[in-house]
Amino acid sequence: MHFDTIAAISTPMGEGAIAIVRLSGDDAWKIADRIFQSPAAKPLCEQPSHTIHYGHLHDPATEELVEEVMVSIMKAPKTFTREDIVEINCHGGITSVNRVLQLVLTEGARLAEPGEFTKRAFLNGRIDLSQAEAVMDLIRAKTDKAMNVALNQMEGKLSHLIGELRQALLETLAQVEVNIDYPEYDDVEEVTIPLMIEKGTWVKNEIDELLRTSSQGKILREGLSTVIVGRPNVGKSSLLNSLVQENKAIVTDVAGTTRDIIEEYVNVRGVPLRLVDTAGIRETEDIVERIGVERSRKVLKEADLILLMVNSSEALTDEDERLFEAVAGMDMLVIVNKTDLPTKIDLERVYEVAGRDRVITTSILQEQGITELEEAIAALFFEGSLESNDLTYVSNARHISLLKQARNTIDDAVQAAQVGVPIDMIQIDVTRTWEILGEIIGDTVQDSLIKELFSKFCLGK
Amino acid sequence: MPQFEAGTFDCIVIGAGHAGAEAAYASAKMGASTLVLTMNLDMIAFMPCNPSLGGPAKGIVVREIDALGGVMAKVIDKTHIQMRLLNTGKGPAVRALRAQADKVLYQQEMKRILEEEPNMTLRQAVVEKLIVEDDEIKGVVTQIGAIFRAKTVIITTGTFLRGEVIIGDLKYSSGPNNQMPSIKLAEHLQELGLQTVRFKTGTPPRINSNTIDYSKTEIQPGDDVPRSFSYETTEFITDQLPCWLTYTTPETHEIINENLHLSPMYSGMIKGKGPSYCPSIEDKIVRFADKSRHQIFLEPEGRNTREVYVQGLSTSLPEHIQHRLIASVPGLEKAEMMRAGYAIEYDSIIATQLWPTLETKKIKNLYTAGQINGTSGYEEAAAQGLMAGINAACNVLGKEEVVLGRSDAYIGVLIDDLVTKGTSEPYRLLTSRAEYRLLLRHDNADMRLTEIGYQNGMISEERHTKFLAKKAQIDAEIDHLRKVTVKPTEEIQEIIAAVNGTALREPMKAADLLKRPEMKYSELCKVVPPLEEINEEVAEQVEIFIKYEGYIEKSMQQVARMKKMENKRIPENIDYDAISGIAKEAKANLKEVQPLSIAQASRISGVNPADISILLVYIEQGKIAKVSG
Ligand SMILES: Cc1cc2nc3c(=O)[nH]c(=O)nc-3n(C[C@H](O)[C@H](O)[C@H](O)COP(=O)(O)OP(=O)(O)OC[C@H]3O[C@@H](n4cnc5c(N)ncnc54)[C@H](O)[C@@H]3O)c2cc1C
Ligand SMILES: Nc1nc2c(ncn2[C@@H]2O[C@H](COP(=O)(O)OP(=O)(O)O)[C@@H](O)[C@H]2O)c(=O)[nH]1
Ligand SMILES: [Mg+2]
Repeated sequence: MHFDTIAAISTPMGEGAIAIVRLSGDDAWKIADRIFQSPAAKPLCEQPSHTIHYGHLHDPATEELVEEVMVSIMKAPKTFTREDIVEINCHGGITSVNRVLQLVLTEGARLAEPGEFTKRAFLNGRIDLSQAEAVMDLIRAKTDKAMNVALNQMEGKLSHLIGELRQALLETLAQVEVNIDYPEYDDVEEVTIPLMIEKGTWVKNEIDELLRTSSQGKILREGLSTVIVGRPNVGKSSLLNSLVQENKAIVTDVAGTTRDIIEEYVNVRGVPLRLVDTAGIRETEDIVERIGVERSRKVLKEADLILLMVNSSEALTDEDERLFEAVAGMDMLVIVNKTDLPTKIDLERVYEVAGRDRVITTSILQEQGITELEEAIAALFFEGSLESNDLTYVSNARHISLLKQARNTIDDAVQAAQVGVPIDMIQIDVTRTWEILGEIIGDTVQDSLIKELFSKFCLGK
Repeated sequence: MPQFEAGTFDCIVIGAGHAGAEAAYASAKMGASTLVLTMNLDMIAFMPCNPSLGGPAKGIVVREIDALGGVMAKVIDKTHIQMRLLNTGKGPAVRALRAQADKVLYQQEMKRILEEEPNMTLRQAVVEKLIVEDDEIKGVVTQIGAIFRAKTVIITTGTFLRGEVIIGDLKYSSGPNNQMPSIKLAEHLQELGLQTVRFKTGTPPRINSNTIDYSKTEIQPGDDVPRSFSYETTEFITDQLPCWLTYTTPETHEIINENLHLSPMYSGMIKGKGPSYCPSIEDKIVRFADKSRHQIFLEPEGRNTREVYVQGLSTSLPEHIQHRLIASVPGLEKAEMMRAGYAIEYDSIIATQLWPTLETKKIKNLYTAGQINGTSGYEEAAAQGLMAGINAACNVLGKEEVVLGRSDAYIGVLIDDLVTKGTSEPYRLLTSRAEYRLLLRHDNADMRLTEIGYQNGMISEERHTKFLAKKAQIDAEIDHLRKVTVKPTEEIQEIIAAVNGTALREPMKAADLLKRPEMKYSELCKVVPPLEEINEEVAEQVEIFIKYEGYIEKSMQQVARMKKMENKRIPENIDYDAISGIAKEAKANLKEVQPLSIAQASRISGVNPADISILLVYIEQGKIAKVSG
């Protein structure tokens, strides 16, 4: 059987320091060769199968160095999928793995659907019959989950923006179609080349802007900004250290880390976090006042998640209560720490002030409750309750690769318009752009164009 | 009524409208003994609406019919009163011919062609029942009890099934244009278990040309260049009649608004779903209230009649209001109405009950084609008739069935849409329904389909030989332009300057020069003369192929991707209930449509990519099971 080349991150997110981007398909080796440079300076295609190579990835477009990697190459049919396979081992954590994935997608691979490697293994006769049912369930389960996450994202800014771009394209398309299908109707204004250029350029710029902000998107680059707040000595630094120890910290070269604030980058169950411990600042000052100040500052304003910590072995203080008020309205988890000590805190009161936010009890000292905390963070994220300002992490690689395709097709359209290609040719690329954008938000129904046509224009005998 | 045996045939076609005529012609031409049973032999290929054929998408369908060996193109080439090539200012993918027909001559010519066909029997009769045994068609029974037996039957009864004409608050049982409705047959089809829906369409009034003041209208002449739909036509009509353009006025709109309550559309009398692309004037004025005027085209219905079709004024308002509407239009102040406009409601078959060959899933060897399948329009009807006729004959002759793909022809798009998605309103072809329209052009219909027509005996040896020669000429000329280098001579620089191009600095391949948007092949020919003398048709295809190569390439890649999925067949006896994991709605729709390929499955509404993945896995599983078992 013959399939296109697919790629995906194949190590579960957050597990271990090394992540693998796997490619499978006829072009796997070719794509790897386009981005891989080894000291041996010999292309991978000329290397024997089932060997591992050290080298660097670079972006052919910018010639920029991307990653230091180990690349394993395996020739069909003795592979998991019975196709040519390349595995790129990167040790850079979420940020760099994502970049590598995007790079191979840009170079021609397609993002694998959930379960697709397994599916190919099956279709190519690698797995036996008894496993087939399981594969189907897998595909269904994973797709549904991915779809849920996707749907949650859809309510966000991205889908809104894409919707606007598509509407603009659709209107232009409908008008061109009307000109074509009803040439004798004089009341429909002809879509002129300048109009096409204007609309196309606008769309292209918007996509460029989306891509620009997405590649700087803080989730992708920095993770969800997570701020730990609480009175001195409740255990903030301990929590941070514990999360960092348990989850290998992400090494980052992000600039602008302020001296006052301690930041660590961790990957908690697939969710990249930028942990900020505000207690790095002068402990003596009134903490609530400080929060007030900080709230207007970048750290808090840009926080995606607040971890508010209180001490179980002390009564809830006035200061604690004012802290709750200070962060009201933000996405938050409440942590009641030091449960190993005798309880003095009024837990009911804590639940009351926490309102709808989840309360988790921990003893950092005895390593209790940390698993629950991690799960709660992951749940918040994957259920979509946590809103990030830019493209979301889960499907961003897919989104970005689609956006790049859309940008290229609309660019083709604009360029064609500029050299005077007839409008109905240009339309092919405009339609394609509209479809690709639709894939991002899961909507490519052909009929919508025809509906648009007849609701907007008065046609017929 | 006593019944009697009246004869046996390979194929019976019920109805001789646009679908029936084409179906009968194809089946007879292919060698199947064919009987046409139709209500009224004087009404063969009657046009109950616009006296016009073609236009965007539809015009290309007519070309496709011709390339496959059908008759519509040849008939209109002989009987039109005017012909125009549309969209000439746009790219090649959307050019299309439109002709105004002489309605009566068209019918006569079609009748003559059918009569001349050796394997054809024409008989005036009303069919009331089908003979079905073990879910297989065996023949038909007419009103007077005649039994005709046949291996295959094609029903093409158009808008006749339980037809009801509506004008104002008047509603009566009738076929189009006051012909008899088909009530018994409609009931019988339902008894046989075929599901139907109620659709509606309408037509404008006709007026007497002698009473029109043409000075208040704009003339719309035909093209000066002689044109034809058929690739075989050699004689052209030069004596053309013009159409005329006028507009509605604020008064027209006022009359409609004041009398809306009398419109059966708004009083709730009409329940059938009408086509959104053919709104009545009532509809237009209600839905597009801000438009101050609408175009009205005056189209002569023929050379030997004074009747004029008032395009744009389709209505089912009461007749006395129609008089006032007409009088409110400039040029028509004194116009005499000859026939009132009306709406018609009718049963049509839900097309997802058909295989892509147009054979019904329920009753073997029974086919349906034309407006009965939920479409609207002569060309759509003829296209289906042709395909049903070819497939019925293939069936009889034991040949492989013919199903056109979405990348082969607009006809393929039409039938695939119908049998895969069904339609919630009368279906009309539009260029926007075709995803590969750059490949489905007016000019290359012959390249796409002649071979298929030839293989099925629809195209003569002589025409086929000519076709092959044309094809070879095109290929040779494309090759030539790719090889020849144009040097920056004074002559070429002049030609380039004349079209405002940038001067040549270095020698360039002729093909690359032609790719420049401003460069015309006719100009280029001055410096790169063709290998041998070529006609305009050849020149057109050469120019399009080279100029738009990049776009054509892109479309071909798209097609290749789709073809892969198209080649993944779904076993006929697949049990969707046994497949765990396919979503409920998807399952229901898959069971209804019974797609033949993965590609078709993916076009069914409610079937998403995950369902397709699971289906693929399941099918492969079956394959493996077969191999190992
Ligand atoms: C009022 C009206 C308005 C229309 N408006 C439009 C429009 O705006 N745009 C558009 O594109 N199309 C329009 N059409 C549609 C167009 O006319 C049809 O799509 C086309 O004619 C359908 O062709 P057909 O062969 O399927 O059916 P028809 O041309 O209707 O032919 C049906 C044939 O079946 C025969 N028949 C029926 N019942 C029996 C029986 N029991 N036994 C024997 N013979 C039988 C009839 O005699 C007739 O020959 C309109 C049609 C009507 C009637
Ligand atoms: N008993 C107990 N002590 C803890 C726990 N967590 C932190 N501590 C201790 O509390 C003190 C203050 O902790 P630190 O993390 O510096 O608090 P911060 O000021 O909020 O950052 C340290 O001595 C920690 O060891 C806990 O769960 N139980
Ligand atoms: Mg501290």
